Amino acid sequence: MADERDNSALMDSAVDPGPDKVIGSGFDMGSATDKIAGVVYRPFLKTPKQMFIGFAVAFALVNLFLVAVTFLFYKGVGVWGIVIPIAWGFAIVNFVWWIGIGHAGTLISAILLLLKQDWRTSINRFSEAMTLFAVACAGMFPILHLGRPWLAYWLLPYPNQMWLWPQPRSPLIWDVFAVSTYATVSFIFWFTGLIPDFATMRDKRPNTVAGRIYGMLAMGWRGSARHWARYQKTYLLLAGLSTPLVVSVHSVVSFDFSVAILPGWHTTIFPPYFVAGAIYSGFAMVLSLAIPVRRWYHLEDLITMRHIEAMSKVMLGTGLIVAYGYAMEAFMAWYSVGTYERYAFYNRIFPQRGTYWWAYWLLILSNILIPQLLWSKRVRLNILAVFAISIVVNIGMWLERFVIVVTSLTRDFVPSSWGMYYPTFWDWATYFGTIGVFLALMFLFIRGIPAISIFETREVLHHEVAPSHAGD
Amino acid sequence: MSQIEKKYWRSLEELAETEEFRKFVDDEFPNRKPDWNDPQSRRRFLTLMGASAMLAGASSCVVQPKETIVPYVRQPEDFIPGVPLFYATAMTQQGVATGVLVESHLGRPTKIEGNPRHPASLGATDHFTQASILELYDPDRSQTVRRNGYISTWGDFVNAFARQRDLAALKRGAGLRILTGSISSPTLVAQMQEFFAANPEAKWHQWEPCGRHNVLAGSVAAFGKPYNTIYRFDQANVIVSLDADFLCAGMPGGVRYARDYAERRRKAAEDANAKPPRLYVAEGTPSITGGMAEHRFRMRTGEVEAFAASLESGAGEARISAIVKDLQANRGASIVIAGEHQPPRVHAIAHAMNAALGNIGKTVIYTDTVEYAPVDQVASLGELVRDMNSGAVETLVMIGVNPVYDAPADFAFLDALKKVPWRAHVGLWVDETGEWCHWHVPEAHYLESWSDGRAYDGTISLVQPLIAPIYGGKTAHEIFNVLLMRGDQTAYQTVRAYWQKQHPASDFEDFWRTSLHEGVVENTAYRETTPPQAKVPPAPAAAGSGLEVVFRPDPAIGDGRYSNNGWLQEMPKPQNKMTWDNAVWISPASARKYKVEEGSIVEITSNGRKIRGPVWVMPGQADESITVHLGFGRTRAGRVGNGVGFNAYPLRASNAMWTAQAQGFEQKGMLGPIREYAQAGGYKFATTQHTQTMEERDPFRAGTFAEYHSDPRFARPEETIVPDGHSLFPLWEYKQHKWGMSIDLTACVGCQACVVACVAENNIPVVGKEQVSLGRYMHWIRVDRYYSGPLDDPKAINFQPVPCMHCENALCELVCPVAATVHSNEGLNEMVYNRCVGTRYCSNNCPYKVRRFNFLLYSDWYTESLYGVRNPDVTVRSRGVMEKCSYCVQRINRVKIEADKADRPIQDGEILTACQQACPTQAIVFGDLNDPNSRVAKLKKQPRDYGLLEDLDTRPRTTYLARLTNPNPDLEKA
Repeated sequence: MADERDNSALMDSAVDPGPDKVIGSGFDMGSATDKIAGVVYRPFLKTPKQMFIGFAVAFALVNLFLVAVTFLFYKGVGVWGIVIPIAWGFAIVNFVWWIGIGHAGTLISAILLLLKQDWRTSINRFSEAMTLFAVACAGMFPILHLGRPWLAYWLLPYPNQMWLWPQPRSPLIWDVFAVSTYATVSFIFWFTGLIPDFATMRDKRPNTVAGRIYGMLAMGWRGSARHWARYQKTYLLLAGLSTPLVVSVHSVVSFDFSVAILPGWHTTIFPPYFVAGAIYSGFAMVLSLAIPVRRWYHLEDLITMRHIEAMSKVMLGTGLIVAYGYAMEAFMAWYSVGTYERYAFYNRIFPQRGTYWWAYWLLILSNILIPQLLWSKRVRLNILAVFAISIVVNIGMWLERFVIVVTSLTRDFVPSSWGMYYPTFWDWATYFGTIGVFLALMFLFIRGIPAISIFETREVLHHEVAPSHAGD
Repeated sequence: MSQIEKKYWRSLEELAETEEFRKFVDDEFPNRKPDWNDPQSRRRFLTLMGASAMLAGASSCVVQPKETIVPYVRQPEDFIPGVPLFYATAMTQQGVATGVLVESHLGRPTKIEGNPRHPASLGATDHFTQASILELYDPDRSQTVRRNGYISTWGDFVNAFARQRDLAALKRGAGLRILTGSISSPTLVAQMQEFFAANPEAKWHQWEPCGRHNVLAGSVAAFGKPYNTIYRFDQANVIVSLDADFLCAGMPGGVRYARDYAERRRKAAEDANAKPPRLYVAEGTPSITGGMAEHRFRMRTGEVEAFAASLESGAGEARISAIVKDLQANRGASIVIAGEHQPPRVHAIAHAMNAALGNIGKTVIYTDTVEYAPVDQVASLGELVRDMNSGAVETLVMIGVNPVYDAPADFAFLDALKKVPWRAHVGLWVDETGEWCHWHVPEAHYLESWSDGRAYDGTISLVQPLIAPIYGGKTAHEIFNVLLMRGDQTAYQTVRAYWQKQHPASDFEDFWRTSLHEGVVENTAYRETTPPQAKVPPAPAAAGSGLEVVFRPDPAIGDGRYSNNGWLQEMPKPQNKMTWDNAVWISPASARKYKVEEGSIVEITSNGRKIRGPVWVMPGQADESITVHLGFGRTRAGRVGNGVGFNAYPLRASNAMWTAQAQGFEQKGMLGPIREYAQAGGYKFATTQHTQTMEERDPFRAGTFAEYHSDPRFARPEETIVPDGHSLFPLWEYKQHKWGMSIDLTACVGCQACVVACVAENNIPVVGKEQVSLGRYMHWIRVDRYYSGPLDDPKAINFQPVPCMHCENALCELVCPVAATVHSNEGLNEMVYNRCVGTRYCSNNCPYKVRRFNFLLYSDWYTESLYGVRNPDVTVRSRGVMEKCSYCVQRINRVKIEADKADRPIQDGEILTACQQACPTQAIVFGDLNDPNSRVAKLKKQPRDYGLLEDLDTRPRTTYLARLTNPNPDLEKA
């Protein structure tokens, strides 16, 4: 490849081709490759300054996280605001939220691949990485929240001299399997997708340190027809394997709640409603990340308005499913005539009953009302509006988990034991700490690994932009 | 002795060479810690250092004394590690003794139970008794004799004290004063009589800050001399309480009264022909007795007197005539009881009414007083203060009292005390008073003491020690022995000698051993006496109508003597579930009127004195009446009690000990100079229950006796019952035992003794105010309190003890990922601490919320003296594990092992859970449901049995018997 070419013009400008195109005009195979690889191979000091600032903020939060976790391990989970009866607080809220965010990645890479949606190409690598990092953040919380975190491995079925096994009726055990499977498959999928691109990166700077590292990661990829044939099969197979995971993981996470008897948790609608909510928040997070990155690196011609609009539509659709879930909860509270069920719902919505009514109405506002703006094409094509809505949805989905986890626990069956939950500084520190971990990993990923799939972009070019190059 | 007497007049200095002094030099030197600020002890230290260094060098030439250590080749009988022994002794509160049995593990007392053979206990205890074991191991107890604040020795004290004694003896005792609480110990009485006979000018003063001053005054007013009144609540059909909290812990016989009262109700519930009792309570401050009343008349405490007077005359509003009618229909089977804090005239009226109703000798018994030489203690202390001010007091010894803290404010006790040239304090702590005394001597805890004492009916119990004094504490007997120039005599010798004199027969040894073993001295209860016709003094000038301030001892920590007890501080007060604080109780209506709310800091002014405290809005409190609890705001209580709450004593004057008029009541921003609470939202209390009502649910079910007998299943409606075949899985078959519990809500008075008993039995940690306010208290059994009726004037206060339900379909077990909570084959829902990783999912899924989590390291692993109080049969939990009621599985297993060894079946009633054993009303019954003849199985067959949240199909093993009441139909109509 002609990497000696002066491509600064290419790197520093981009024109969005509009909502009909998945890739900007003027790309050929070489320039597309250069542009994507250039994000990584750009001189260190030429990294956009927003990346430096962003990383600095994220890194500060990582340190906050480390301090919070150290203090947590030193003192115990009592440093958080959890009490009896609200024995689960931010940790579980954050766990569910992060797991949900992870869902967009699998959906984009697996289901949309199987459905042959061409607009997934530019964002799949990015969202898969997001999935991995979100799952990493999510996976920390169940361990951090344990009273005795050093014994977390007791949740794994490992042979031991006491013949003690996990208790298989507990949804938490199902969680362990669901989340660890999800994390493993997501990682393999992501890594498999990266192999041809690692090879490209290797070939661009064969004798540098970076090139050698990429070379190792490329695992001997030569791009032969046989490689590609096998590769396609593997990738499809993995996509098929991941597809049920999109549904299963969050269904299992929802069992943590729906299996329990607690009013406000004990609901059969939870699995589909959680899955929809997860995809909803996942797409919101992809948008929240992709929009600034696309601007900082001038990638408007690779992540086009077509992508933004398609993702907005997915958000709108899943948002409506979530809205249906809320409506059903309300309906069932009325229809069941159950004292506790109904009270739990009143407790959520009426200021005179509960203390957390504001959280519920805020979540209705941010998850249902505001996203309805996306019905308008003008809003969908307004990048700032979409960005704002995606942030609102992220907050709304966090509030949804807060309402489910915390509000339900504050008032259950026996009125004498009702209580209140007040998060502490350490709750917030841990939460923002994981956001820092997530962002820091994202920034490192964008800097170090092609954030857009090179070979799939070439494939798109091959199909759509330059049919004459067929057979390249 | 004779030698001393001979030498006596030659020189006082020579007295220093008494036997006590010699003994101290010989025996006590090794314990001495030299104080470098005290030139004397430093010099002595250096002298002895030199001497011992020399001896160390010489020791190589000296044959070491032969000291053989002996292993238990033959173990002493009954001394088996792991098997506790129980000893009978007695705990004295305000001079009145209650028999207890103390569990001892290898010489270490760990738990206190009631003595079933003692009439005041019948096997039960109150929460003070339960918590007194913690007092024994309190790390803040005084550990050494102090002189002017520096470490000294008992020998030095005896020396100095003997000098004072001898100086006073020159003046027939003039200038020597002793201040104690009320006393009923026959041995101590004999010692005192001997001393005061020889020193007629010496004086004994008595002071109990929350003693039964008005009971005594009332008896004197009615009969001209003090009598002790005993009530037979089991014989009474109608009880009228004039502000008397007779179910309250701390009232002499209170535990027994609660039992009698509950027994009567239980009988009426089981037998439709038995007449159900009825209780009327007129009071201003909500009490647990008021909570149990069929009819509670809310009125200002000062108005009770007028209410009593109109009851006596029979003239008045409809409610008066209804009560009078009821009383007259039950002549000889009714009780009118006046409150300890009501003025003497109310007591006189109660005496007169009981006489008029023919109750005397039937439900009301008069005897001699339990306390020795009952006097007006306010006057007694007043006299002491006057004499101290006039300089007439040269030597003052205060035993077990803390008047600097709790004397009436107008006495200015401390100012007077400073004028006494030689003052000594004998107490469990170096408290506010000990701090201001030249000498302080650690007092022996009652579990370290030999003594004796009388119960509420005169029955004498011997007090025997469970352990040698941990800090070398001394009893009052030993102090008096010094005064009697028998300083070498121990308390044991004194008590034994006294009883030998009382029982000179040759079988003394048998008598002594039997009395110690049984915990009561046979046939010592007082005989009934007949007092003269009661006179009711004329009505005083009408009481003021303004805002009144009512003083009460705190329900949890009494008059302040228990303030350093973490178990009691953390015990939720029955009425408002508050811990770690006292408050200014005010009714909702008055709160609105004075524009204050919960947590507002108010300043109360009464007769020029002022205190500040935070407001608690108390449903059921009388309007225009505020109640403050004494016992808080201590400054020298110890690490637990210091600075907790506010001190209400500075408002209390000798002429208004229980009720005063408030001239000022206004909101202030801060609590006081010591602590500032300028935070938004006012002062933060730590309560364990925030919701006051049942919120459209029915965890607590109640009905009348009449309703019950006509519709026995009222408490368990059909729709709440889940049929057996509901699940796909067959029910587990219990082949051996099937444990269960029944809690009778008709009997439960909400006293909290079970809570503290559970804390003591199960090593439950104290978490402190901050953690309680978050909701992290650790009690395995809690007593829920629900009001019914309007919040301003609740119709009833309902108490419901909630331990673990040990559900058959336990939801907690389902969700634990590591199987740390599992079902036993005897039906227990067990918690395996070792396996718990702390997901807390079980607590979330527990509909009863009885699980408690160690959010932090709550157990005190570092205070060594507290190791002693731990029950060795129960794991001390660490941080990060869940815990909950185990039905006292350690007790179940102990009995099972014993039964197994003897190859016999377990008897019903052999296993008592800690809560059951302590319960004064025996509301809690535990046993085997597989045995159809067990008490618990029979109770569960009663139609009023219902399970909490039974409709969830949890199949709880702890079930409740609905509360039954017997309201007066005449009053119900009105």
